Amino acid sequence: MRNKPWKTIGLALLLVLVFAAGWKIGHAPRTGIAPKAPPMPVDARAIFVPESGQIDGLRRGVPVDQEGHPPPIARVENADLKRVRAYPMQPPTIPHAIDGYQVDKNSNRCLLCHARANAATFQAPPVSVTHYMDRDDQFLATISPRRYFCNQCHVVQTDAPVLVASQFRDIDSVMAQPATPASASPGPAEPRQPSSAAPPAAKE
Amino acid sequence: MWSWAKRQLLGFWRILRRPSRHYSLGFLTVAGFVVGILFWGGFNTALEATNTETFCTSCHEMRDNVFQELKSTIHYTNRSGVRATCPDCHVPHNWTDKIARKMQASKEVWGKIFGTINTREKFLDERLILANHEWQRLKANDSLECRNCHNYDSMDLTRQASRAAQVHKLWLGSGEKTCIDCHKGIAHRLPDMTEIPQG
Ligand code: HEC
Ligand code: HEC
Ligand code: HEC
Repeated sequence: MRNKPWKTIGLALLLVLVFAAGWKIGHAPRTGIAPKAPPMPVDARAIFVPESGQIDGLRRGVPVDQEGHPPPIARVENADLKRVRAYPMQPPTIPHAIDGYQVDKNSNRCLLCHARANAATFQAPPVSVTHYMDRDDQFLATISPRRYFCNQCHVVQTDAPVLVASQFRDIDSVMAQPATPASASPGPAEPRQPSSAAPPAAKE
Repeated sequence: MWSWAKRQLLGFWRILRRPSRHYSLGFLTVAGFVVGILFWGGFNTALEATNTETFCTSCHEMRDNVFQELKSTIHYTNRSGVRATCPDCHVPHNWTDKIARKMQASKEVWGKIFGTINTREKFLDERLILANHEWQRLKANDSLECRNCHNYDSMDLTRQASRAAQVHKLWLGSGEKTCIDCHKGIAHRLPDMTEIPQG
């Protein structure tokens, strides 16, 4: 090697050539395809993709060979305003952020404020009496073990866009419905209809 | 052996007691002054060196337990980029208190040498005792270390979450409670709290 430097130089040149050729070949097809794909406006929040008519929560309609913008991280609502419950027995949602709250065998940060004994100090709504009952409806002195992990039922709400629109209507709005659809419903609705219509009429 | 050591010591003592023959009083005074400054500076530098996050987390007992837990909390990273390091919460700023705390800390070095908490299990067993020391200290000094950074008078309650504002006004404004009463476990996971009053 040492006494034949041209051999080394030749080898190096060959390597450079092979690399250049590989570079060229590797890149050529990609530049060919890119213009064909229309410049897709990648709306990060479009989870429902209209053309395909389906929900695409992971890629949000961005083609696999393109990169979409990640959606903004949803913020937890922290306004401390109690929300309406959708139905009477719904576990109320948490009206504040709970970041870093330790809820485990050692300690329960939720109960710091919501335990019966502390509710006055923190001006927090105490947990319902049902949470002190075991499954035989016997009252216990402390929170029933089956109610200990608050987040099994109570959750925070974020400002994330809803994935699927909800058709749910609570009982009040169902009952307050105008009379017309009631004709389609079976018997029992009929007698009630005049009575519910009567009071407003009387007022007028 | 013993008599030899005694003779050496006595000789040294005699030299110390004899008035200086070669150096003037002025020289000795100035030299004493300079050496004093060097010693004092060195002492405080050494003290400062032990007052850093790097030092506190240089032993695995701290690094693998409390430091890991601190990392996920707001005092390690937050939107304002201000970090509370271990000494911010655990070492008083005031000099005499600081020295007192450092002397207490020698006990912790003792614990390190004899491995009182050298495994996760041992640490968890001791945790309630360790935590209790901190709670008592913070309770006694009215959460001074928290207040070095968080001052009630500088809190804009209208910018706090409304429940936080309400509770702070009620209990901090009246001076009836102090931060650590309600904010236990702010930087680390809590030990078994069954018998510990919170709030
Ligand atoms: C080095 C200064 C410093 C010290 C000391 C300190 N904090 Fe903080 N604290 C901060 C900063 C900075 C934040 C985050 C502010 C932000 O960006 O919202 C914070 C946030 C908090 C929060 C809000 C937590 C949240 O999730 O929003 C609480 C509660 C708190 N500190 C309590 C304490 C308590 C209790 C102590 C004493 C044990 C203490 N702090 C000591 C600087 C400090
Ligand atoms: C009587 C109990 C109580 C005391 C005493 C108390 N706090 Fe709080 N603090 C709370 C509660 C409750 C919250 C809101 C709930 C939560 O996030 O944990 C809160 C929230 C905070 C927050 C976050 C505010 C926000 O807008 O999210 C900071 C910062 C804070 N406290 C600092 C302190 C400091 C510093 C002290 C001592 C000077 C202190 N607190 C004393 C109960 C207390
Ligand atoms: C925001 C203030 C704060 C910071 C920063 C902080 N601590 Fe603590 N530390 C506390 C409080 C308060 C306690 C008392 C126990 C509790 O409430 O969790 C404690 C307890 C401890 C304990 C006793 C064991 C336990 O977990 O209860 C150790 C050890 C400890 N801290 C080490 C550290 C080290 C090491 C760091 C730096 C990596 C650090 N701490 C940073 C506030 C702080």
